[in-house]
Amino acid sequence: MPAMTESLLTMTAITQLLTSTMRTTAPVLLAAVGGLYSDRSGVLSIGLEGYMLGGAFGGFVGAYYSGNLWIGLLAAMIAGALLALLYAYFAVTLGVSQAVAGTGLVMLAAGGTGFLNRVLFRSSGDFVRITPFQPVAIPGLSQIPVVGQIFFNQNVLVYLAFLLVPVTWFLLYRTALGLEIRSVGEHAKAADTVGLNVTLTRYGCVLVSGALAGLGGAYLSLAHANTFIEMMTAERGYMAFAIIIFGKYNPLGALGASLLFGFADAVQLKLQIAGLPIPYEFLLMLPYVLTLVAMVAAGRTVSPASLGTPYKKQ
Amino acid sequence: MKAGERLRAALRPARQLVVPLLAVFSAFVVGVLVVALAGFNPAKTFAALLDGAFGSWYNFTETLVKSGPFLFTGLGVAIAFRSRSFNIGAEGQFYMGALAVSWLGVAIKGVPSIILIPILLGAAFVAGGAYGAVPGYLKARIGASEIVTTVMLNSIAVQIVSWIIKGPLQEPRHFYPETAEILSAAKLPVLVHGTRLHLGLLIGVLVAVAAHVFIYKTVFGYQIRAVGSGPLASEYSGIDVKRNIILAMAISGGLAGLGGAVELMGVTWKLYQNFSPGYGYSAIAVALLAKRNPLAVILTALLFGALATGANSMQRAAEVPAMLASVMQALVIFFVLAYAVYEEGFARRRSNRKRGVDRAKAGAADTVGGAGASND
Repeated sequence: MPAMTESLLTMTAITQLLTSTMRTTAPVLLAAVGGLYSDRSGVLSIGLEGYMLGGAFGGFVGAYYSGNLWIGLLAAMIAGALLALLYAYFAVTLGVSQAVAGTGLVMLAAGGTGFLNRVLFRSSGDFVRITPFQPVAIPGLSQIPVVGQIFFNQNVLVYLAFLLVPVTWFLLYRTALGLEIRSVGEHAKAADTVGLNVTLTRYGCVLVSGALAGLGGAYLSLAHANTFIEMMTAERGYMAFAIIIFGKYNPLGALGASLLFGFADAVQLKLQIAGLPIPYEFLLMLPYVLTLVAMVAAGRTVSPASLGTPYKKQ
Repeated sequence: MKAGERLRAALRPARQLVVPLLAVFSAFVVGVLVVALAGFNPAKTFAALLDGAFGSWYNFTETLVKSGPFLFTGLGVAIAFRSRSFNIGAEGQFYMGALAVSWLGVAIKGVPSIILIPILLGAAFVAGGAYGAVPGYLKARIGASEIVTTVMLNSIAVQIVSWIIKGPLQEPRHFYPETAEILSAAKLPVLVHGTRLHLGLLIGVLVAVAAHVFIYKTVFGYQIRAVGSGPLASEYSGIDVKRNIILAMAISGGLAGLGGAVELMGVTWKLYQNFSPGYGYSAIAVALLAKRNPLAVILTALLFGALATGANSMQRAAEVPAMLASVMQALVIFFVLAYAVYEEGFARRRSNRKRGVDRAKAGAADTVGGAGASND
């Protein structure tokens, strides 16, 4: 009988861990899938961290002032896309170094959200909160033992993040638009020669990456912390950038890599709560170390041939 | 040589200033707009900012003190840029230098300043250098994006510091989350009585001069610049590209580490959480604004020191969040990037006109204008 209880306990623990993995995966996955559009069209998605921060803040502001989480999500997408528009102007139109412009964008988002946060919310001194997204059980499916709890009793953003993976895969590999995006990313000049609009495609993809990463950021403020905290993305945007490379620029690869990161994060959180005799700083380090390891393991991944190279019509 | 040409040649160095000055001016204009839109009084805000940075002799010396960390980290980022490496890791390298000093500055007892200070500075250079060489190695050997690796190493450094100030290096009473104050022999002497101006600032200027000589007058510097302007061509001419990338990143990290040491030995005397409010990230703007020129970094670091000092007094006097300074730093980056492209397009148009190239061709060349600005 004691053995029975113990196995039940571990079963519950595992279910909890995997349920939590789904939740820790969602924000990074949203950013990584978004970044894929940008990368596949040939524009480095180095600004993901900035879009996420913009989305986290924009989403919170939208939800707080309207009292409606859905308006918050819309605001998050707009905030991410606006930052992406600025980046696209520099990366695509001006053709400057994407690494520098992307880093500048992250700094702008960090400073801008911090500044506005203090102007709007910090005068009172206490934390302003919203009622977050709640889990939505899917009728029928959520009743399946274990699996139902892990996969079908989550909040809408988790469902959205995971649904976007097959959608993006289909769009990239099975539609004319996807072919166009990939052609522009592989060989901008050839794509231009056959009549594709390189500039428009790239702008579109960068804006989509901004909107989706914005949703990833909104996850943190609207479904996780219930408030906005400065720098709350904690480099998840850069992790998403690494995840794309580690996943070989493929949505399915990005899913696998995101799950790995989500799992590590969930384990880390669980260990913190368990109160192991390890300093918690080492647990917090885990996702960063994992990112380094993933970058090393990815080695020289074959990236889209035109990635990072601005294109100018001759 | 015609008089006009001679004049133009004499003015060429001045023309170098157009883009940086315009960029700073534009960032301020946007800053004023932001402040006004956020409901503050722009005149009062910027008066407080200027007063904080330059309003009195003491305030001005504080600006100089504050510019120290920007100077060292800015030099580091500028040198990495030269090898076409983008070191966003100055933040972590700065912490590593400070960490080394916070330990050795307490542990090495009974040694006079004249010996101890060079040892500590050397240790910090090595610590920061090693922390910069790792992403350099990963970039050179396996092509891992130094942007991602350095950002991760920054976060790891912050966690290491956060642990160490509550763990192995916590001050003896185990009360505050900070390290013990370094020995007085380890402190950098104050240069001017009644101020916090310390020897480290002088060292910073000397290091900037040394970096200038290194980059422009030595074989190592020449090779790093060659790698930066064309890795393939350098490879063919027999330059070891990989070794030079690692070398540039190591020196870059070393300089940032030195910055952490100087800040600790000259100003704070101990290490604590948020020891750096993001100097390593600001350093990118410092280096870009200086066009990656070590001597110009002295000036841009001063500007950023003034902005940081001014922003604090602006927050006190006008209650405008000091975060505004970070926004303006980011804006500086964007304006520098944009104006460099516009300037190039402008210069091309003019030289085309001079050569009497026909209109159609000139029009075609215009559209190429921006492409060359990448990473250079």
